[in-house]
Amino acid sequence: MSAGEIRVAINSDQDIVLARQKGRGMATELGFSAGDATLIATAISELARNIVSYARKGHIALKRVNGLNRQGIAVIASDDGPGIADIRQALRDGFSTSGSLGLGLPGVRRLMDEFEITSQPGRGTIVTVKKWRQ
Amino acid sequence: MEVPILKQGAVLIATFQAALSDADLNQLRMGLVEQVVKLRSRAVIVDVTAMDVMDSFASRTLREIAHMIRLRGAETVIVGIQPEVAFAMVQLGLTLEGVATALDLEEGLAYLNEKFKTTN
Repeated sequence: MSAGEIRVAINSDQDIVLARQKGRGMATELGFSAGDATLIATAISELARNIVSYARKGHIALKRVNGLNRQGIAVIASDDGPGIADIRQALRDGFSTSGSLGLGLPGVRRLMDEFEITSQPGRGTIVTVKKWRQ
Repeated sequence: MEVPILKQGAVLIATFQAALSDADLNQLRMGLVEQVVKLRSRAVIVDVTAMDVMDSFASRTLREIAHMIRLRGAETVIVGIQPEVAFAMVQLGLTLEGVATALDLEEGLAYLNEKFKTTN
């Protein structure tokens, strides 16, 4: 593991808090504003929550990423859980109509700049999100 | 983690800490409703000034607390949602519909005083 990477095992609701605190810490270290650090911490909280709720355990990895003339943070949420059969449906906003929160993935996508998901039913899910420093 | 619940007249004031886990929030929900019943409180102020993140679970718990307390005939006011937390909540699509909010503790108390005055 490189120095610029933090990996948090997600096994319980306590770990959700730990992961988002680590994320906020790293975002602040990388020079993100307090507002952006809150957005990143909130996204981590939701991604870690999905792991606990649907896969029971997994990992959140936090990485520093470099783009062209810019720096950012990547959050990778991975699990070996049941996976998502219909990703398109999972990315549909369900807040306003049903009142159920669903997976919260559309919200996470809005909090961050980049969003990528791969999932295979029965094999697990990997969600990678990035935010670039303004 | 303990959430301090302070009694001030007919009002209960619960102050949330930064790092509340889901278990803490669940415990608080039960504790607050129990206290409202026991102390015959007329209102609850939940101060979330210190909360670093308001995610879907925390928002839902706050809504549930407010609804349960309303069923007891009492009022809930959420105070101190920080600007960046509010921004993140809107991006996530989270709302506290039907729940009273105020800028801070002082404003929350003023809101309740006004409300009690008009209903009495």
